[in-house]
Amino acid sequence: MRNAADSQPRRSTVHLTAQQGHFAREVSRRAHVNIARCWHCKCCSNGCPFAAAMDFYPNQVIRLAQLGLKRQALESSSIWICVGCNTCSVECPQAIDVAAVMDALRQMAIAEKAAVGEPNILEFHREVVESIRRYGRTHKLEIMMRYKLKKHDWLSDVNIALQMLSKRKLDLRPSRVKRLEQIQAVFQNILQAKGHEQR
Amino acid sequence: MSSGSVKEISYFPGCSLATSARESNQSLLAFFEAHGIKLVELDDWNCCGSSSAHSIAAELTHLLPSRNLALAPPQRPLLAACPNCFLRLKLTHMTLLQNRRAAEKYRRLWGRAFDARLQIVTFFDLLSDMVDRGVFKDNPRRLTGLKFVPYYGCMLARPPSMRNERNFHGLMEKVLVSLGAVPLTWSQGARCCGTFLSVSRPDIAADSVAGIMQAAVDVQAECIVTACAMCHLNLEIRSPLAIKVPILYFSELLSLSAGIGGGKGWFRRHLIDPRPLLQSKGLIA
Ligand code: SF4
Ligand code: SF4
Repeated sequence: MRNAADSQPRRSTVHLTAQQGHFAREVSRRAHVNIARCWHCKCCSNGCPFAAAMDFYPNQVIRLAQLGLKRQALESSSIWICVGCNTCSVECPQAIDVAAVMDALRQMAIAEKAAVGEPNILEFHREVVESIRRYGRTHKLEIMMRYKLKKHDWLSDVNIALQMLSKRKLDLRPSRVKRLEQIQAVFQNILQAKGHEQR
Repeated sequence: MSSGSVKEISYFPGCSLATSARESNQSLLAFFEAHGIKLVELDDWNCCGSSSAHSIAAELTHLLPSRNLALAPPQRPLLAACPNCFLRLKLTHMTLLQNRRAAEKYRRLWGRAFDARLQIVTFFDLLSDMVDRGVFKDNPRRLTGLKFVPYYGCMLARPPSMRNERNFHGLMEKVLVSLGAVPLTWSQGARCCGTFLSVSRPDIAADSVAGIMQAAVDVQAECIVTACAMCHLNLEIRSPLAIKVPILYFSELLSLSAGIGGGKGWFRRHLIDPRPLLQSKGLIA
């Protein structure tokens, strides 16, 4: 903290450029949230059950976005640790959908190929989406096994998995949607939309 | 939902209730059946996208739930058993109501216009209506003396766009008290269980669950009551504490209090065995 007698200019001064304003607007657009409304009361951060595990608190993530500090925002661990529990939204006096901002930043981090702050969490989400693409439903056992395989981590949680299997809480075979072609149509639709965006 | 005459309700179980939380699913069906409500499973339902689709693929956020909305027959409310599935389905329906392009896309994908009047409800909506109708007034107080802490996790927290929707703070306490159980005041009733962090960052989930479990121990709760399958699983598997408080599904307790479920083997499936507690209260043999 700078004290009053300190005559040096503050090192943390951020010089805004047009580029940075663009980032803030892009986050607002994708999240359908006007992030400029956030006045940093920190109610969200105080309510967030996982703030302690994040590199930036939820309101700080919003601050990064407001200031257009794109790299810091997209590389932060916070956007991945956020589980979207909406506790913050309940607390926010400005009705800001913080979880939607986190969603937008995650998606931008992927689109921009940013260095992902929590690669394991992204890997897990990918396995879940892949399972849905294949079966139309999530197959938990396979998701866990593929995830562990990729991480080269077989030993942690073996006990839990065995217990769950013995209580029939993990199905060996996936439950599938019958009209899988409809699920494929959904995924196809996205690919087309993506192609559209890139053109 | 205010109609007292609804007998058949479309039912979206979701992936958890179809697998890891079968006991929750069965107790829910049994409870409603005992009260004259038939849950008709949505034929060929698909995953709502869980926490992952909206996290990494914006385009999937509403497309996956929309197929389920298209499967729902008209004139019947659609019950989503899982709080997260409910949010996904409801937010999609709200988007369809507000966004003409989304509605048009829906029509192209599913070959018909979306049902603007479809009611999407939670277990709590139905239960709250039953409370209002006085269903629990003359129930035998079978749960007398059972000391519990109500655990809602994040299920009552909603995004700002849903601010004006009906919500149900205190509903579990209200119902269970009317059945004789004793609620204890505690600090962790609305602390999220960690959902997928339990797999991808178990260290963070374990810290969170330890706090929840310890708080239940501190107030000498005999059990933690939850209405969410994800919460149930995480609380059961992630607590690093030696002392473990059994976690009961709200629907299991409701069924027991209605005199059903004792012999159905639901409780054998729990990873933290609740049977000694339930036996000591005379709720199961
Ligand atoms: S609670 Fe809302 S206004 Fe306050 S810091 Fe968080 S997002 Fe900003
Ligand atoms: S939605 Fe994310 S940021 Fe908000 S309280 Fe939950 S974990 Fe924290």
